[in-house]
Amino acid sequence: MKQLRLRAQMLSTIRSFFDRKVVLEVETPLLCQATGTDPQLDFFSTEYHSLPENKTMYLQTSPEFAMKRLLAAGSGSIFQICKAFRNGESGKYHNPEFSILEWYRVDFNLEQLIDEVINLLTELLAGYCVIESVHKVSYGDIFNQVTDLNAFNFCQQRYASYASKNSISDAIKICGSDHSMWLDFIFSHQVQPQLKKYTICIVDSYPAIQSSLARINSRNPDVADRFEVFIRGIEMGNGFFELSDAKEQERRFNQENKIRQIKGLKRVEKDQLFLQALKAGLPDCSGVALGLDRLLMIMTNTQDIEDVISFPLGRA
Amino acid sequence: MAKYSTNEFKAGLKIMLDADPCAIIENEFIKPGKGQAFNRVKIRNLKTGRVIERTFKSGESVEGADVVDMEMQFLYSDGEFWHFMEPDTFEQYQADENAVSDSVKWLKDQDICTMTLWNDAPLTVTPPNFVELAVAETDPGLKGDTSGGGGKPATLETGAVVRVPLFIQIGELIRVDTRTGEYVSRVKD
Repeated sequence: MKQLRLRAQMLSTIRSFFDRKVVLEVETPLLCQATGTDPQLDFFSTEYHSLPENKTMYLQTSPEFAMKRLLAAGSGSIFQICKAFRNGESGKYHNPEFSILEWYRVDFNLEQLIDEVINLLTELLAGYCVIESVHKVSYGDIFNQVTDLNAFNFCQQRYASYASKNSISDAIKICGSDHSMWLDFIFSHQVQPQLKKYTICIVDSYPAIQSSLARINSRNPDVADRFEVFIRGIEMGNGFFELSDAKEQERRFNQENKIRQIKGLKRVEKDQLFLQALKAGLPDCSGVALGLDRLLMIMTNTQDIEDVISFPLGRA
Repeated sequence: MAKYSTNEFKAGLKIMLDADPCAIIENEFIKPGKGQAFNRVKIRNLKTGRVIERTFKSGESVEGADVVDMEMQFLYSDGEFWHFMEPDTFEQYQADENAVSDSVKWLKDQDICTMTLWNDAPLTVTPPNFVELAVAETDPGLKGDTSGGGGKPATLETGAVVRVPLFIQIGELIRVDTRTGEYVSRVKD
């Protein structure tokens, strides 16, 4: 019951925060005609009975595409509190159905958005955690500090030798020559545990190969305009200076579908409505999504996401 | 034997790893929001007892290990093998030195213990957490000493040596924690 009240209070703090900043609250469909091509995200699909034929529909893995369609339609800055669904993700920090706060700020650069994220977190965590200072570091620097490796310049031999010296030699077989997977492996196993000492830590300037839906930096093509926020080493959210180039977006979709094929995953139809919206023109904006269940975990100092969800998957 | 996918991993699951049977102690699902999912697993090698950490790519499958725990009665040792019997079926098993290892020093005939079988062959023998054994040999204690100030070594009927308080005498029955090898109390009839 305490958790329920805390959740309600958190939601009301979020709404009043954005109300003050005149950011519009929106709703977009959870049940969608299309989904993302990201090979790392498994989605739920279902059949809509629209006789004479059935139509496959998807539960959203994030409200990103729909919200960008609103932005392209001229909504101005918007935020949404909603559920997102990711198939097969279950653990101490994962429930397949989870709550997201996602917002987009028109004409904000990444720095402005990072400041806003910090302000909101400071307000939400007041009384629950002491935030002495916010630690900001670039991906390349923190990766190098912890491992002595260069995150941008991949050398399989060096990475492998690091892995065997640090008792994560499983990485050698799992990651092979896949640079991006190596980064995921080493970051999650070696770097992230080092971030536990910071209440709030912002990691920015991700390698371009991990750009996701962020723009490539205009001055340095090796770097994506992407940041992540960690609280006590737990990943809380991803923020981007949003990619608005429809052609580049379609290229990434195609690329991801190719990877899906190599991995033996089902091909995903590109979200044409989203691509059309980008073609029509997405205003320059930065956006971020935060995991609200994990935020509650921090506030209540619990170690299991099940403790902050009224009915987790096993009892849903 | 069945194969298990990483999403079936949970504490207690027995799997094969590098040709050895292992038990999962802890399974952690690691998934960056935008990135590859892994299962970081704390695992005990059931042959050696060593605990190690391993990582699997989520979705990978591993071979299950045919490992079961059974209650067994210790019968006797012939010097080379230790003989046990399953009390319900009277089926007998002989365990070698590797399987019984240190456990044997806590077992006397007729005692019930837990035997872990791998592919129906004895893998390890675990004594009960607490056993009651008679003291076979120890130095005579000092009169009047009632607390265990320093203690003294005592050899038990099974050959195990434990530190006991000074007042313990030969022939007395004592209770020992087999996990730590420490004296717990005197057993009074």
